[in-house]
Amino acid sequence: MDNLGLAAPEMFLLCAICLILVGDLFVTEARKPLAYGLSQIALLVTLILTWWISPETGAVTAFGGSFIMDQMAAVCKSWILVVSMGVFLYSRDFVNSHKITNGEYYTLALSGVLGMMIMVSSSTMLTLYLGLELLSLSLYAMVALKRTDERSAEAAMKYFVLGALASGALLYGISMIYGATGSLHFDEIAIALSASGEGSTAAMFGLAFLVVGIAFKFGAAPFHMWVPDVYEGAPTSVALYISAAPKIAAFALAIRFLVDGLETAHNSWQGMLIVLSVLSIVIGNVVALAQVSIKRMLAYSTISHVGFILLGLLSGSEQGYSAAMFYAITYSFTSLGAFGVILAMDRMGVSVNLLTDLRGLFRRSPTYACVMGILLVSMTGVPPTVGFYAKLAVLSAAVKADLTWLALIAVIFSVVGAFYYLRVIKYMFFDEPVEPQPVLAAMDVHVGLAINGAAILFFGLFPGLIMAACAAAFGL
Amino acid sequence: MIPLSHFLTLGAVLFGLSIAGIFLNRKNIIIILMSIELMLLAVNMNFVAFSYFLDDTAGQVFVFFILTVAAAEAAIGLAILVVLFRTRGTINVGDLDQLQG
Repeated sequence: MDNLGLAAPEMFLLCAICLILVGDLFVTEARKPLAYGLSQIALLVTLILTWWISPETGAVTAFGGSFIMDQMAAVCKSWILVVSMGVFLYSRDFVNSHKITNGEYYTLALSGVLGMMIMVSSSTMLTLYLGLELLSLSLYAMVALKRTDERSAEAAMKYFVLGALASGALLYGISMIYGATGSLHFDEIAIALSASGEGSTAAMFGLAFLVVGIAFKFGAAPFHMWVPDVYEGAPTSVALYISAAPKIAAFALAIRFLVDGLETAHNSWQGMLIVLSVLSIVIGNVVALAQVSIKRMLAYSTISHVGFILLGLLSGSEQGYSAAMFYAITYSFTSLGAFGVILAMDRMGVSVNLLTDLRGLFRRSPTYACVMGILLVSMTGVPPTVGFYAKLAVLSAAVKADLTWLALIAVIFSVVGAFYYLRVIKYMFFDEPVEPQPVLAAMDVHVGLAINGAAILFFGLFPGLIMAACAAAFGL
Repeated sequence: MIPLSHFLTLGAVLFGLSIAGIFLNRKNIIIILMSIELMLLAVNMNFVAFSYFLDDTAGQVFVFFILTVAAAEAAIGLAILVVLFRTRGTINVGDLDQLQG
């Protein structure tokens, strides 16, 4: 029953983090980049271990039912690890050239990955909370990692205060649910709630706080204030990290709380998520139109994509959950590539902040321009990219749940969103470059970005490969 | 014997005070950090009360974890505060205005 082996990937990752942290203290300045290689190896081994121990079907628990390994956990963890490997690859040169301490960046990032894995695999509210805090605390520190930069420190402070507020709201909700149901285990909460019908007032009160906490962590409007500031203020490599894998973890957070624990209260949380989803899609797309900074534009674009993920969740069917999972995974992959291109263009002295800095990218580097073009088209949701299929799956789930009006709003505002994505494409392909010199990035970054762009097209043509795994995670 | 509702009311009042402390405070970031601590302690009050009245120890175990996390959170918060003061020379809430748009 209590097989510790189930948590082998997490245990290995923890040991690797400790090793890299201590090892980094003893190597000479010239060999500091060693931390990068070790981190990539650690992620790869963790990925292999995850595949090894994940069960064929059904769910296995460990640690007295606190830790669960099911299909959803296996798929989410694999993608979190793959995306994080991409994050490390793209941010390596930025971290080196901007003199961000190597060891600290990678150990904090790996702790965040560990936190995400624990979140995904949690089956009690306590484990979920601890995983979430491990992720959040690592992120606060990472945002402030560029110690001499005023904006970095300011972004970290804002993120910290709002993040702590969100954790507080989440905890208050957890305490209420615990009081109403008498248990911290999601399966026991579900049983207690279904026994009491719609659930007691205390449970519904707690649910409201839970949803606020989840919305904060997702960055859904109206709890999105931190997203643009953090994306703009944080070092670009950290913004890349925040925009990618944590979206998958936030999805898992929502599924564990709302579906595993409180599915009987679906009618109650559906209404709250509808409000969040509509506001996110509207505010995200409309405000992004007015942005001149590329990182702020991507931040508002993230907010609108979070609205789509919530749209899948709130439809309340297995189809909707798997569509939301597909969306979260493919979005994190798309966002990874978009920030990857920005990082590849970032050289000392030639930093990329404004949308107009992308002018004439096609003349400077056709490969990067094409990759960025594919990614932006995918974010818009145009076939044959994966973004189209993700939006289609989410919208069809919403329509099946008799929320056609909601799907309609989402479609209308993604047409609005098409404007600011296509504007960037116009800058890249049809404008004259400001700086004529070509973009020089390392060969492996080059290959990584090419694969990233190609994957967006490939999974757009064959979405079944990921979709099958997402559907299996919810027993479809 | 004090009934459960009194504990919950106290928890709610403390929680409300801490939220008000974060949003109404326009002067000092340290007060915000204190409010965050107060918020976590308000939740602890809830957990301990529920744990006692449900006769279930899980709530008290949760409290220990919250206390630990609160310590780590305070450490990170103060560290960011020090970084902020070094670069900016002020910890006034109103001066955090470089990022907007």
